[in-house]
Amino acid sequence: MKRFNRLLFAAVVSVGFISTAVNPAFSAEAIKIGFVFSMTGGAAAYGATQKEGAELAVEQINAAAGGVKIAPIFEDDASVPQQGTNVYNKLINGDKVAVIIGPTLSNTAKITNPIAQQIGVTVLGVSNTAGGITEIGDYIFRNSLTEAVVIPNTIKVAKEKLGLKKVVLFYGNDDAFTKSGADVFRKVLQAEGIQILSEQTFAKGDRDFSPQLTQIKSQNPDAVVCSALVEEASGIVNQARQLGIPKTVRIIGGNGFNSPALIKNAGDASEGVVVGAAWNISSTSPLNVKFVDDYTKKYNRPPDQFAAQAFAGVHIAYQAAKAADNRKAIRDAMVKIKGLDTLLGQFSFTEGRDADHTPVVQEVKGGKFVVFGN
Amino acid sequence: MNLLAQQLVNGLFIGSVYGLFAVGYTLVFGVLDILNLAHAAVFTLGGLVALWLVQTAGMSIWLAFPLATLFAGLLGLLLNQVAFAPLRKRADSQFSGLISSIAMAIIFEAVAMGLFGARSVRFPQGTVSVHIWHIAGVTITSLQVGIVLVAALLMVVLTLFIQRTRIGKAIRAVAESERAAMLLGVNVNGIIASTFLISSALGGAAGILYGLYFDALAPDMGRSIELKGLAVIILGGMGSIPGAILGGLAFGLSEVLTVAITGTSNLRDAVAFTVLFAILLIRPSGLLGRGKMREA
Repeated sequence: MKRFNRLLFAAVVSVGFISTAVNPAFSAEAIKIGFVFSMTGGAAAYGATQKEGAELAVEQINAAAGGVKIAPIFEDDASVPQQGTNVYNKLINGDKVAVIIGPTLSNTAKITNPIAQQIGVTVLGVSNTAGGITEIGDYIFRNSLTEAVVIPNTIKVAKEKLGLKKVVLFYGNDDAFTKSGADVFRKVLQAEGIQILSEQTFAKGDRDFSPQLTQIKSQNPDAVVCSALVEEASGIVNQARQLGIPKTVRIIGGNGFNSPALIKNAGDASEGVVVGAAWNISSTSPLNVKFVDDYTKKYNRPPDQFAAQAFAGVHIAYQAAKAADNRKAIRDAMVKIKGLDTLLGQFSFTEGRDADHTPVVQEVKGGKFVVFGN
Repeated sequence: MNLLAQQLVNGLFIGSVYGLFAVGYTLVFGVLDILNLAHAAVFTLGGLVALWLVQTAGMSIWLAFPLATLFAGLLGLLLNQVAFAPLRKRADSQFSGLISSIAMAIIFEAVAMGLFGARSVRFPQGTVSVHIWHIAGVTITSLQVGIVLVAALLMVVLTLFIQRTRIGKAIRAVAESERAAMLLGVNVNGIIASTFLISSALGGAAGILYGLYFDALAPDMGRSIELKGLAVIILGGMGSIPGAILGGLAFGLSEVLTVAITGTSNLRDAVAFTVLFAILLIRPSGLLGRGKMREA
């Protein structure tokens, strides 16, 4: 027991020491970056493209002549917070990484990020959109836009282009994500002076939306504003068109709609669906065009938003870490990032260390997402 | 008026799927006095196998439908052999059969998960060509009409089968009294097995129709309908086939109207089960139940 205590004491001391000391993560040759993505489990589909986006960025940075290189360490959190905790401990105390990029899921981030915060390791989330992530502490950042930023922009643009006057709000009211999305929609619609004819709700796992959609149809809205995850969203879009809600009545969705699965599942019915997003594949900025090109060449299929945000995340973290020589200096450099040119556009962090760049509004046209109104 | 008519139509479609599901449930209960809680898992596998036949084997739905229905029926035979037959001679076979059918449900669900993954899957676009009709302001799709027709057809065939054919009569005899049927020379074990075959085939057919209509199949989709199916057969009267159909329609309508009136699906199940509760208070044997006819 005594021996164990001494070991424990030694461990605690060394952990404390790491946070202040200059350590091997900051050697002149390479910056150790830990990537925590969900490679298995429920979020495996997202984690897979995140890893590809990150690998591409690392490869390109390391191939560039001169400069500091990145030594990436990829870990799988298996889509569960417990595994995420193990992986964080390994990366922070074992590998002694300079920065962590990830984890894939907000749920995991809420459990794991306090570990990094306590020791003082900068974390950059590249896919977390839930509330309460960056509030964990001053070492926690993210480059993924939250619904609170994307939705107001979506409604503003949709109002301009479609002349919305009256809409129906339809959302899942037993899920934190869809409900908070609906709250933002409601607030923005009121602020924009768009009348909400009625609010209809559904529950997680519902497959029959025809009762609500029949009510919605009878109210003749200009558009249906909808906060749902992609499974329910597909059913809603499909059944709305089957019930004869005309295509001129657009369905406007939150982040849950922003998935190629929507188009795959709902097919023709998804044409004309309007979705706000942080990124669109057809954005014409040179950095984005190059990224889409390189990615498609390397992996033989086009990137998604998860890959794009992971790619941008590596560049943002690299920007902050390349000149820093300890963990605190990285955090201080992160805070100062303003107007960095990334494939997401001019990127800055807000006061609260959240992402700040212009979101896009897209619509489904010809079976894919394109920038709305083009 | 149009609005109400449309909602009634919506309720009719979902109700006929519930009815078809519950008919299989009630058939086994009527014959054996046993609840087969793996029925929902057979429902799921029926839908998923039809999807596999269409998507991977490239069959037309017209061929895949009967094949998957047959497959579901065979699952019923397996279920009988593994979960029920070995326990039948025991004193507490009703209760132990119930438990072992839960075990089979879990196994079937795990198999479905292993084979098809945990995600929702769909029939490919254009599996059935969908025409949309607008009649007096009410929108009906050919798929919905097809579902009601298939459900009605299967129910009519089943009713005739039970009433007119030799096997049907034997099934009724076994339902009345296993012992008496055996004394009369009925092959009781064979009849029980064929009851499971028919019951599970109907459950599988319901699963395919459900999957086609809602365009989403998942290994856990049976769970939401399992409890409803149980409520439907209690509502209609345990063991009564017309009762299960009527109960299914009543349940579907109550769900749809609740959602339509409140604008939320939170109260949907609450209202449906409150109706069930009220009916049980007023008519303990259900809408078309025969009452308690025999004491075992």
